[in-house]
Amino acid sequence: MSSSSEARRWPDEGLTRVPYWVYQDPEVYRRELERIHEGPVWNYLCLEADVPNAGDYYTTFVGEMPVVVTRDADGAVHAFENRCAHRGALICIDSHGNAGKGGQLTCVYHAWSYDLRGNLKAIAFRRGVNGKGGMPASACPEAHAPRKLRVETLCGLVFGSLREETPPLEDYIGPDVLPRIRRVLRKPPVILGRYVQQLPNNWKLYYENVKDSYHASLLHTFLAKFGLARFSQKGGLIVSQDGAHHVSYSMANTAVTAANDYKAQNLRVENEGLRLQAPELVAGVDEVGDGITLQVLSVFPSFAVAHIYNCIAVRQILPKGPGMTHLLWTFVGFADDTPEMVRRRQRLCNLFGPAGLVAMEDGAVGGFVQRGTARALDENSVVEMGGSGIESSDTRANEASVRGFWKAWRAHMGM
Amino acid sequence: MAPDPQLLFQLGALNAEYARRLDDDELEGWPELFVDPCVYSITSQDNYALKRPVGVIFADSQAMLRDRVASLRQANIYERHRYRHLLGMPHLRGNGGAELSAETPFAVYRIMRDGRTEVFATGRYVDKLRRRGEALAYAERIVVCDSSLFDTLVAIPL
Repeated sequence: MSSSSEARRWPDEGLTRVPYWVYQDPEVYRRELERIHEGPVWNYLCLEADVPNAGDYYTTFVGEMPVVVTRDADGAVHAFENRCAHRGALICIDSHGNAGKGGQLTCVYHAWSYDLRGNLKAIAFRRGVNGKGGMPASACPEAHAPRKLRVETLCGLVFGSLREETPPLEDYIGPDVLPRIRRVLRKPPVILGRYVQQLPNNWKLYYENVKDSYHASLLHTFLAKFGLARFSQKGGLIVSQDGAHHVSYSMANTAVTAANDYKAQNLRVENEGLRLQAPELVAGVDEVGDGITLQVLSVFPSFAVAHIYNCIAVRQILPKGPGMTHLLWTFVGFADDTPEMVRRRQRLCNLFGPAGLVAMEDGAVGGFVQRGTARALDENSVVEMGGSGIESSDTRANEASVRGFWKAWRAHMGM
Repeated sequence: MAPDPQLLFQLGALNAEYARRLDDDELEGWPELFVDPCVYSITSQDNYALKRPVGVIFADSQAMLRDRVASLRQANIYERHRYRHLLGMPHLRGNGGAELSAETPFAVYRIMRDGRTEVFATGRYVDKLRRRGEALAYAERIVVCDSSLFDTLVAIPL
């Protein structure tokens, strides 16, 4: 068995194999933070609704790097590292707030102040006190200022990148996936609720799970058992050209519904006749008007949004060490929602998240892989559903988007 | 004014029965402790303070609670685990009239298959209660968790 200090090598089979060390190796994890999250990607940071007013700030992460997102007096959104130039303390210690009239954020440790763009503006006692102490004129603490991020917004979402060479956000997401974000977030979203789900697994296991349309109706049997959906529902899978981003979707019940496709394969839907006593749990209206009832979308490496009927769930995937991930769920609606629409969204949000009737299994299944592969670092998983490519397809019995993820990951990691 | 001892006793008994049914895996009896229609939700102190309507669970009928139990029993897949609820003394509000409200602090420990026992959630039940014969029933139970962080999954109700 190879040790973690040796250089890891991807299996010769290419994208149809995923070696298990990718989830376990601390050195691989460290390089991911550096090359992916802090590399030439767009990280989802927050919603514009998190910094609605001039002077507002919101704290988050790029990988594990702490970040402050702000809105300045002109309404522009900025982001910079949440680290004071002096001793490295957090500049903002609260999850959100407002900088107040002066528009400055002040580190609590020695009161060094920053403007809302992250520029160091004032140093307490820089010239000393009564002619004593202070910094020499040659000192240039500004050279140690927190790193600034490029910021772009899209449909009320705020993204940040640490690298100049990252293509503009819309080019980065690409023409296949971009319209699918606009489809869901047609208007500026408002926040209906938020929480963090802690996952006992590597961040990539959750990201693969989001992209894996193959598992959906096999692991999650709620819709099938209550007679609400079948795998044969019309739908499809869209993978961006570089493999990094994806969309999977399914349409309302159509003629292709085949009642026996599970039974034929002896899968877990033996409880025929199970029916919801409260069908309003899954009652939605077609807000978009295109017949799509479920859409799951991801933007590499930290963003996903799920849309099921009238529930819109934005997810930020935050790595917290090789074996832990925080998933920040933000459920959104729109400012002009009627009370009935809010009630619909409230009920439908029962389907996702840690208590999600449809998808609660996702919280645990990554941990099953993390534990199962603990000592299988020379073994690989087999990702061959739908062949070996990353092309879009009209079936969800396909792992093209998972292979796409690894194609993008390997390109960033140089593996 | 001192709380009505009989009311306090009735609510204490209802809360104890609620905790016992969840902890003893008598989930089918859990919706019966609510009137119909009712409200049951799990949310965080942050969402509650900001009046954000969406949390981890939201149900507005007894039927929806029964659907959740049916789903847990027959559809959802999760590792075997149990809870142990420890409840504090209820704080009664209201005058004992038609609308009675109360808050009860709780701690829920989660016991995993491998024996790990950890604090899974702490918080308070914010309740509206209705008289049902000699006893009380929940008209509304908002489970306000102190933390916004939930570990892995919330299968069994809190």
